[in-house]
Amino acid sequence: MPETDNPAPGAGPAPHAGAGAEPEPRLVLEGAAKRFGAVHALDDGSITLYPGEAHALLGENGAGKSTLVKILGGVYLADEGTLTIDGREVLFGGPAEARDAGVSIIYQEPSLFPDLTVAENIFMSRQPLRGGRRIDRGAMNDETAAIFARLGVELDPRRPARGLSVADQQIVEIAKALSLGAGVLVMDEPTAALTSVEAARLFTVIRTLRSQGAAVLFISHRLEEVFANCQRVTVMRDGRFVRTALIGEVTVDDVIRSMVGRELSALFPKSPTEPGETVLEVESLTSRGVFNDVSFTVRAGEIVALAGLVGAGRTEVARAVFGVDRRTAGTVRIGGEELPNGDPIAAMAAGMALVPEDRRQQGLVMDLSIEQNVALASLARLRRGGLIRRSAESALAGDWTARLQVKYGRLRDAAATLSGGNQQKVVLGKWLARSPRLLIIDEPTRGIDVGTKAEVHRILDGLVAEGMAVLMISSELPEVLAMADRVIVLREGRVTAELGRDEADEDSVMYAATGQLSGAAA
Amino acid sequence: MTAQTELGGRGLLGGSAAGRLSTLLRAREAGIALLIVVVVAVTAVNNHDFLSASSVQQLLTGAALIALLGVGETLVLVTRNVDLSVGSVLGLSAYVVGDLFKNDHIPVLLGFVIAILIGTAAGALNGFIVTVLRVPSLVITLAMLYVIRGVDSLLVNGKTVDPSAIPSAFTEVGYRTVLGVPWLAIIVVVVVAVAGYAMRSFRSSRELYAIGSNPDAANLAGVPIGRRVFTSFVISGSLAGLAGALFLALHAQVDNSAGLGYELTVVAAVVVGGVAIFGGSGTVVGAALGALLLNTINQALVASRISAFYNEAIAGALLLAAIGVDRWLSLRVTRSLTSAQGAHRDV
Repeated sequence: MPETDNPAPGAGPAPHAGAGAEPEPRLVLEGAAKRFGAVHALDDGSITLYPGEAHALLGENGAGKSTLVKILGGVYLADEGTLTIDGREVLFGGPAEARDAGVSIIYQEPSLFPDLTVAENIFMSRQPLRGGRRIDRGAMNDETAAIFARLGVELDPRRPARGLSVADQQIVEIAKALSLGAGVLVMDEPTAALTSVEAARLFTVIRTLRSQGAAVLFISHRLEEVFANCQRVTVMRDGRFVRTALIGEVTVDDVIRSMVGRELSALFPKSPTEPGETVLEVESLTSRGVFNDVSFTVRAGEIVALAGLVGAGRTEVARAVFGVDRRTAGTVRIGGEELPNGDPIAAMAAGMALVPEDRRQQGLVMDLSIEQNVALASLARLRRGGLIRRSAESALAGDWTARLQVKYGRLRDAAATLSGGNQQKVVLGKWLARSPRLLIIDEPTRGIDVGTKAEVHRILDGLVAEGMAVLMISSELPEVLAMADRVIVLREGRVTAELGRDEADEDSVMYAATGQLSGAAA
Repeated sequence: MTAQTELGGRGLLGGSAAGRLSTLLRAREAGIALLIVVVVAVTAVNNHDFLSASSVQQLLTGAALIALLGVGETLVLVTRNVDLSVGSVLGLSAYVVGDLFKNDHIPVLLGFVIAILIGTAAGALNGFIVTVLRVPSLVITLAMLYVIRGVDSLLVNGKTVDPSAIPSAFTEVGYRTVLGVPWLAIIVVVVVAVAGYAMRSFRSSRELYAIGSNPDAANLAGVPIGRRVFTSFVISGSLAGLAGALFLALHAQVDNSAGLGYELTVVAAVVVGGVAIFGGSGTVVGAALGALLLNTINQALVASRISAFYNEAIAGALLLAAIGVDRWLSLRVTRSLTSAQGAHRDV
C-alpha cells in the first residue's frame, strides 16, 4: 500500500493552479480509484480539463495514467470517485457511453478495422443514412474528406485502413473524435511511435482542435513536447494525484521531482561485491528501426540495469542479446566467445538465461505443474533413455522451490495456482536450475507485492555474491538504484548514459531517460 | 528527413492504392466468374451436351443449396466465427418436414415455415452458446453437427420418406423452371441478391465486418458484438433450415444421410469465393460464385468422364489456390499501401 500522505518535495501550487477568470471546466475527475483484486491500479486520480487547453498528464511507468485514461474512456468503471462533464456528474457503463458524452480516447496503439475503409472506420455504427436506413456512402466519404480538410491532412476516405502508418492511424482516430463532436480528446502517448515530422504534424492538428474549443488531455514521456505544446500539467505518482500547474509556473526540474520523489527505504539494497571477469560483451548491437549501436558489458558478480522509459528499447535489446530476435548488426560475446545471430539455443548452451517480462505469457506454462515448470529448461539433464524421470523432476523442483522459498500447496499443482510473486520465483528457479553464468531478468518484480519484492532482490543479491552476472531491466527507478552496480540508460533506442552506482540517482537517470540535459537539474 | 514531400505525397498515393484495391476485390469475383466460364467452355468443346438446357439446369440446382448455405456461412465467417452445423440442420429440417407431409399432410407453405423455424432454433442455440456461454464457435458447432445428426438418426430410425408421401406442389419447386431457369436457382439468387445488398447497405451488417476485422476496436466503437454474432448464427441456421426444405423438394425423398458432409463443401465454396476465413472481409456474391464454381467443376469432370476420384482432389487444389491468392493479394496490397509512405523511423 502506498502511504496515504506523501507531499512531493517542493510541491508547488495547489491543484487547479492559476488565477483569474477561468472558463468552466469541461471535465472534472475527482478521487478516482480502481483496484484489481489486491492490486491498486489507481488510488486517487484527479484531473480538471478546460476547453481550448492542452493538458499534459505526466508520471513514471505504473503511476496510474493509463488506468485514469481508461476510466475517462468508460473502459473501466472506477470503484470510487466522481466524474463531471460540463457540470453534470456521469457514470460510464462502457466505451459507447463515454463516446456519447463527448469523450474520445486515442489509445497508444490505434484500434482500427484494417479491412474497412478509412471513412467506415470513422463512422462505424454511425454511418450517415439515406432512405430505408441504408448507408449513404457518398455522404460518408464527403464528410470524412471535410474532416481531413479541417485537420489539414491528406488521406483518401475510400482506402482501407490496412497499411496506414501509425501516424495516419492516429489521424483517423482524431477524425473519428471530431466526427463525434468530442469536446474532450484524450491521447495516450500518441507520439511514442511517431517520427519527429509526424509528431509535428500531430501538434499542428492538436492546435487546430484547441482553437475550436476542445479540451485535450495528452500523455507523453517527452517533456520537451509537453512544455512546447501544453498549457497545463498534472503529475501523478504511485496511483495518486500529485499536483496540477500551469506550464508557465513550473520548470522541467519541478516536474521531474514531482514524478520521481519517493522513498527508497522499502527496498532491499544490494550488498557490495567485487566484480570479476567480463561475462557478457555487447558491441554496437543494432536492430534496424528498434535500437541502434548499443554497447555494454556485464561482469561476474555484478548487476547491470537497463533503464529507460517504456518504448526505449530495453526489452528488445535483451531479446536480441539472448538471440530470440535477430540483430541487424553488432556482436554479442559470452566469456569471449561470439554468439551466433538469432540462436537462443546457443545462448542457453553458452550459459545465458532469460527471465521474461511477461510471466503468464512467456515465462510459465500455466496449466503444467510447478515441478514441470521448474524442470522445463533442464529436461536434457533429467532424461534417461529419451524419457523424463519424474523422480528427478520432483527432486530438482523440490530443491529450487526450497532455495527460493516458494510458497505452494503441492508441487503437482498447476503453476496458475501460485501468487504472482511465487510464479516469478518459479520462473527464476527454472532458469537457475541450469546454473547460468549470465541471468537476464526483465522486470523482476512487476506486479509483485512489497514483501516478495524484497525477497526477489535478496535472491538476486545472493546470486551475484556467488559470482553470477545479472542484466536487469526495470521500469522501477527505486529498484534500479537499489540493485544496480551500473545503470545503462536507453532513450529511443540509444544509450544515453552509463552511470556507476555512485553517479546514478533519480535525477540523473530520469534526465538521461527523458532526454533532458542534466544541466537543467537544480 | 524530407518532410514535405513525404506528407504531400501521401494523399496521391492513398488514392491510387485504394483504387487498385477495389479493382482487385472486384477482380476476385470477376475472376471466379471468368473461371466458371472457362471451365464450362472447355468442357463444352469436348462434350456438346454440357451446354444443353437440362445440363445447365442441373448445374444451377446443384450449386443452389451450397450457395444458400454459403450465404449464412459468409455472415458467420465474416464475424470471425464458423458454423459447422449447417449440413446437419439441413438434414434434420428435411426429414422432419418430409415426415410431417407423410403423416400429418400439412400444407405446402407450412412445410417451408417449419423448415425455417427448425433452422432458426438451431441457429439460436448455436448463437446463444457462442455469445453468452462464450464457447468457441468451432467447438460448439462441431458438437452440434453430431448432436443434430444424432437426433435426426433417432427420428429417422431407418425409415425413409419417399416421393409418394410428398405433395406435388412442393416437389414442383425442385424441378419446375421459369423461362428455363429452375425455381430453386431463382430462390437462391433472390436470397443472395438481398443478402448481398444488405451486407453493403446497413449499419448492422457493416458491424459484422467490424467485429471480424478487429473485435477489440468493435467493442470500443460500441458495436453490440454479442447481438450481432447471435443474429448471424440465427440467419445461418434459418437458411440451413430453408435449404432442408429445398433439399426435400429437389430429391423428393429423404433419409438420415441428407446434407451429410455439406458443411465442409460450404466452407470450401465460401473461402474459394473470397471470404476471409479469419473474418472481416468477403461478400455473399463471392460465396455464391464459389459454390457455383465448385459444382461446375464437379459436373465438368463427370461430363468429361474423368474419374470422380479427381473431384475432391481438384476441390482441394482450388481451395489451396484460393488461400494462396488471398495471402499473395493481401501481402501485395499491404505493401503497396505501406510503401513510399515514409515508414522510416528517425531512431
